Amino acid sequence: MNFGPQHPAAHGVLRLVMELDGEVIERIDPHIGLLHRATEKLAESKPFNQSIGYMDRLDYVSMMCNEHAYVMAIEKLLGVSPPIRAQYIRVMFDEITRILNHLLWLGAHGLDIGAMTVFLYCFREREDLMDCYEAASGARMHATYYRPGGVYRDLPDTMPQYEPSKFRSKGKLADLNATRQGSLLDFIWAFTERFPGCVDDYETLLTENRIWKQRTVDIAIVPPETALARGFTGAMLRGSGIEWDLRKKQPYEVYDKLDFDIPVGTNGDCYDRYLCRVEEMRQSNRIVRQCVEWLRSNPGPVMIDDAKLIAPRRETMKRDMESLIHHFKLFTEGYCVKEGEVYAAVEAPKGEFGIYLISDGANKPYRLKIRAPGFAHLSALDAMCRGHMLADVVAVIGTQDIVFGEVDR
Amino acid sequence: MNWLWSTYASLPFELQVTIESLIKIIAILVPLLLCVAFMTYAERKIIGYIQVRVGPNRVGPKGWFQPFADVLKLLFKEIVIPSNANRFLFLSAPILSLAPALAAWAVVPFTDTLVLANLDAGLLYILALTSLGVYGVIVAGWASNSKYAFLGAMRSAAQIVAYEIAMGFALVGLLMAAGSLNLVQIVTAQTGGIHQWYLWPLFPLFLVYFISGVAETNRAPFDVAEGESEIVAGFHVEYSGVTFAIFFMAEYANMVLIATLAVIMFLGGWHAPFDFAPFTWIPPIFWLLGKVALMLFVFLWLRATFPRYRYDQIMRLGWKVFIPVTLVWITVIGVFRFLTPFGFIFQ
Repeated sequence: MNFGPQHPAAHGVLRLVMELDGEVIERIDPHIGLLHRATEKLAESKPFNQSIGYMDRLDYVSMMCNEHAYVMAIEKLLGVSPPIRAQYIRVMFDEITRILNHLLWLGAHGLDIGAMTVFLYCFREREDLMDCYEAASGARMHATYYRPGGVYRDLPDTMPQYEPSKFRSKGKLADLNATRQGSLLDFIWAFTERFPGCVDDYETLLTENRIWKQRTVDIAIVPPETALARGFTGAMLRGSGIEWDLRKKQPYEVYDKLDFDIPVGTNGDCYDRYLCRVEEMRQSNRIVRQCVEWLRSNPGPVMIDDAKLIAPRRETMKRDMESLIHHFKLFTEGYCVKEGEVYAAVEAPKGEFGIYLISDGANKPYRLKIRAPGFAHLSALDAMCRGHMLADVVAVIGTQDIVFGEVDR
Repeated sequence: MNWLWSTYASLPFELQVTIESLIKIIAILVPLLLCVAFMTYAERKIIGYIQVRVGPNRVGPKGWFQPFADVLKLLFKEIVIPSNANRFLFLSAPILSLAPALAAWAVVPFTDTLVLANLDAGLLYILALTSLGVYGVIVAGWASNSKYAFLGAMRSAAQIVAYEIAMGFALVGLLMAAGSLNLVQIVTAQTGGIHQWYLWPLFPLFLVYFISGVAETNRAPFDVAEGESEIVAGFHVEYSGVTFAIFFMAEYANMVLIATLAVIMFLGGWHAPFDFAPFTWIPPIFWLLGKVALMLFVFLWLRATFPRYRYDQIMRLGWKVFIPVTLVWITVIGVFRFLTPFGFIFQ
């Protein structure tokens, strides 16, 4: 039977060709490539700093994490490291992104299994996080906020407000704007204050629900050895009981200064992975709070001071010849990077998102390889679904947290 | 007016009865279909509010004309018949599912006098007709010649067998308690206030009946025959336009029917919950409608709250939980009834 790409549970453009015995799955053949945009090839034909935007569009629900890996790879090649404030901002937005991604995952997973309401609850909170993206970078999704050497600009001191409209009463408007009176950090702080309560709400709807448990417990069990052998990362691996998290094991940026825990499952079934991710949301919330506290008390630069890498300020360009030249060079030619190859990986919400970059000394990458976690997960779909029923396939697709932007690249 | 009466009186008796019944049928069906139409609106609004969104609010004041807009849209849509579908069966399936859903209303009493046909075997009639509705689903799935539709039909067939039995047993318990298959008498037996309702002595049966009813109408969390995220729309995946609308109407008419029957059989029908002053001022029919609205709300509430069962889990629930529960409770009622002459009072 054909499943997708036009299917309510296809998560974009997944196409499966299934062999069924009644409703029992005998074989699943995932067909990929329907969202292929040749990101790797595109990146090879552009200066290093012009491909950051493509990274957003890979896994389009964890935008900044993808940027992070790419930017980190370039920084490794260049041998620079961003200022500490930029590192904190990056970590904060990585964790916001993780919450953003997990909220979408939870909503979609719930919707696949038939629980509609969680989806809309999740999107209510996602909206606020999107606003954070917007306030920091100007774009709600594809931020292009991280740059080699720091972040595009410092966090804003004001939040945009909801405008009065005839569809909103005064009181409603005041409620909406209540947390937006201060800076972005205040807004994020207010969010972290109420977010654990929201997670409790989702959990009331699902965690102890008998139907939810029947649909997820013992579905698609992945033993730890298999999970390792198949290259699982992220919650897919931790759900099977392997404590592996790049943020702890190979700390990048300032993760080693932060206090957080890694949730680990025991059975490796859909339910454990669900619990893992829900707990990750709470832990991310913790990290965000620590970052906000640090950022509040430690102002400083968010970009390294290197005219060859960083676009000059607008006002200096008007007066200063050199700035104008730097600007021109940076936006036409970019910068050359010395020969070498690097691999930079971050713990993206879905797992290890890595960028393997080879430079031949030119202003463009010689080769860019993207290691997307979803690809390894999707290739295990057949093994995970065999012997289960048709209805479980959607549960497994949900638990894998597949996003086609990164699988097809 | 007079000449109308005199023509009517001059007609043969059979024709008079026919005309009278026709008028009664219209008087039941028109409000029912309106109810179905606004049920869709209520569903979208209520689930909307549960899910922190607004729901339809564009057509008419606060979106009240949305159902009519939906009907108009569906009427003007093309009916696509898949090329290898069995045309006759494909088109008869929606009718097959709507007709029983409407016909069952013939025996539903709205008050002790307001009933189209006060059959002595009303309960049997209802049971027969509600189980007929599933043929619409199965035929639709079969005739569409589509794998998704076929899977939906198979699921529905399996599900209906399990839940029809549970439902039947629940009604056997009711029959034993009331000692009658006549719906009016069943309600009359519950006269005297909320403590007399069969809800209390037959509580497990009420639960089984209502949940089976949810399953029978293919509503969430038992909507495996539709299974939106698994088999797209299940049995009606190939239907469009009016044919789809009829399936939709059948589903909602069935929902209203199940809710009404639950009220009649377990919640005292048109009786007020308390047999004294402020409650008895309200006419009985409003009590019935109010209770039905409450039950319908539960339908929507369930849909907004629960994830969907997997189809084998539904079977397990039906065969391994509901049927044993009903059997045990039938035994309990039987024992009580047997012991009644010795001083145990059933009611």
